[in-house]
Amino acid sequence: MTELLSYDFMQRALLAAVLVGLVAPLVGVFLVQRRLSLIGDGMGHVALAGVAVGLLTNVAPVWTALVAAVLAAVAIELIRASGRTQGDVALAVIFYGGIAAGVVIISKSSQGTPANLTAYLFGAITTVKASDLWVFAVLAVLVILTTWLLRPRLFAVASDEEYARAMGMPVLALNIALAVLTAVTVVVSMRIVGLLLISALMIVPVAAAQLIGSSFRATMRWAVVIGLVCSVGGVVVSYEADTPSGGTIVVLAILVFVAASVGRAVVTRVRAKQHERAETHAHEHGPACGHPAVAHHGHVDYLHDGHRHAPHEGHYDEHDGVHATAGEPPHQAGTPAQEKAGQP
Amino acid sequence: MTAAMSVEPIVSLRGAAFGYADNAVVRHVTLDVFPGEVVAILGPNGAGKSTIVKGLLGLSDQLGGEVRLFGTPLDRFGRTGDHARLGYVPQRHTLSGSVRATAEEIVATGRLVRQSWFGRPSAADRQVIARALDIVGLADRAGTDVSTLSGGQQRRVLIARALAAQPDVLLMDEPTAGVDTANQHVLAEVLGRLAAQGVTMLVVTHEMDAFVEVVTRVVVVDRGGVVFDGPRDVFLAREAEVLHEHHNHHHDHELYDSRPSLTGNAEAGPTGRAS
Repeated sequence: MTELLSYDFMQRALLAAVLVGLVAPLVGVFLVQRRLSLIGDGMGHVALAGVAVGLLTNVAPVWTALVAAVLAAVAIELIRASGRTQGDVALAVIFYGGIAAGVVIISKSSQGTPANLTAYLFGAITTVKASDLWVFAVLAVLVILTTWLLRPRLFAVASDEEYARAMGMPVLALNIALAVLTAVTVVVSMRIVGLLLISALMIVPVAAAQLIGSSFRATMRWAVVIGLVCSVGGVVVSYEADTPSGGTIVVLAILVFVAASVGRAVVTRVRAKQHERAETHAHEHGPACGHPAVAHHGHVDYLHDGHRHAPHEGHYDEHDGVHATAGEPPHQAGTPAQEKAGQP
Repeated sequence: MTAAMSVEPIVSLRGAAFGYADNAVVRHVTLDVFPGEVVAILGPNGAGKSTIVKGLLGLSDQLGGEVRLFGTPLDRFGRTGDHARLGYVPQRHTLSGSVRATAEEIVATGRLVRQSWFGRPSAADRQVIARALDIVGLADRAGTDVSTLSGGQQRRVLIARALAAQPDVLLMDEPTAGVDTANQHVLAEVLGRLAAQGVTMLVVTHEMDAFVEVVTRVVVVDRGGVVFDGPRDVFLAREAEVLHEHHNHHHDHELYDSRPSLTGNAEAGPTGRAS
């Protein structure tokens, strides 16, 4: 590990990995929520055209890629908002036009070697320049601050766009903002992860996280943790195993996703065995339902014909079985809200 | 309602037309909703009931007539009005399940309209959110992933979300559609509780039976316009006449629909997913 840190290029790669791991899932969680998981992929395609123009004109490719991706982001949202039936085709034209133009232009540039192209498409740890790192850091901080600021409204728009509009929220502006955040994330990630794999780092950690977290907030946190572990871990493995960093990071993320899926399936099994569903009844328990409310391990059970019903998801569980504490004195409790107040 | 007549109406429509682009879905709607009223807008599917509510919310276009919300012309209200005064409960069978979100998180989005962009929910905001969940009977499911809730419970989450803005009027679109009978009962209780607190409601529905007790006035929309407007009891007394006069053939069964809803799993009780 110390050997690894002694190389300047590895220090830069690891720092870039931290930025990418943090930012990509943070933005990605809203893309997943809006069911736009593949939009980042398209922006990566267009960013390649930007990179190509940069290489040809000797401008830092980071900047040209940023301009291309942001323009594509705004165009994509405007096309989506117009609601035209050909919108889907228009997006495809933009995306494939971007990657095709990118490949063609790069081939005409003096730096247009196949190795160089591969590095842009799939990520390479040796390519992070010191000047890039500064740009990435500034952009990442901007993305984090903007996402924090807009988080409640991005969530609201993604969960119910019509309602957000009815409440007077600037829905189009928020959607464009999310698209631009995505575009900036694409650029921040292009060195380490590569333009063809960026979208995966925005989406896969989120997919894994929502198997673990039970709320949006928890999903977001887990996604960032998984993103960080995978991107930093991927860079280290990439160095040790001499593999392209982008592919390595994404393979790691997918392994985490598979592990989370298996883990969740096991947990669901085990819990299902412990849970005993109450008989279904049309009656809904509540403060005024007439059934005594009973405090039980931090939640509220309702005494229903001598047995305890505990609310669980859309139904009630029986809580008289294995883990009910015998002899706990039932008491006429207040509202469930009051009962719950003592609990985080 | 005579006392209320001297009060300014919350919603006031004079010969209003609503639709999309240039196509009017409903025309010649004249209607006032006063504070404390619970107005049911009845009518067959496609009659333009929802379009009226969506028009008030700026989700469909006003294409004619005069529309005022709290005394302010609709177009001005849409630009500069306090949207928090309108509580919208959309017709929605499922809440997005693409990313987990708890009932509390969904309800909190209703509070945003009263929060600044830099602000985060204060203790008072959290209390309003908790109370909104409590009034719809979901306090014990605040931390539950909404996609695991039944259809009726999800509908109540949407009501709580509207309540979180502390609106002056609730605009509901088919609150009981697709909800099984047991859960319709619970929904009716919730509406009753709200009515008892004096909450003004405008409810678009094609099956009022579940919460008819709560309703104070009935407006029937058909053939793109209002065909009846009067107190609930007058409507109930003349129901057959009103509906036969203006409805024909297939429309009737929607109003008199007494089938056990769309669930198909009546024995599922409160757990039955109504979708």
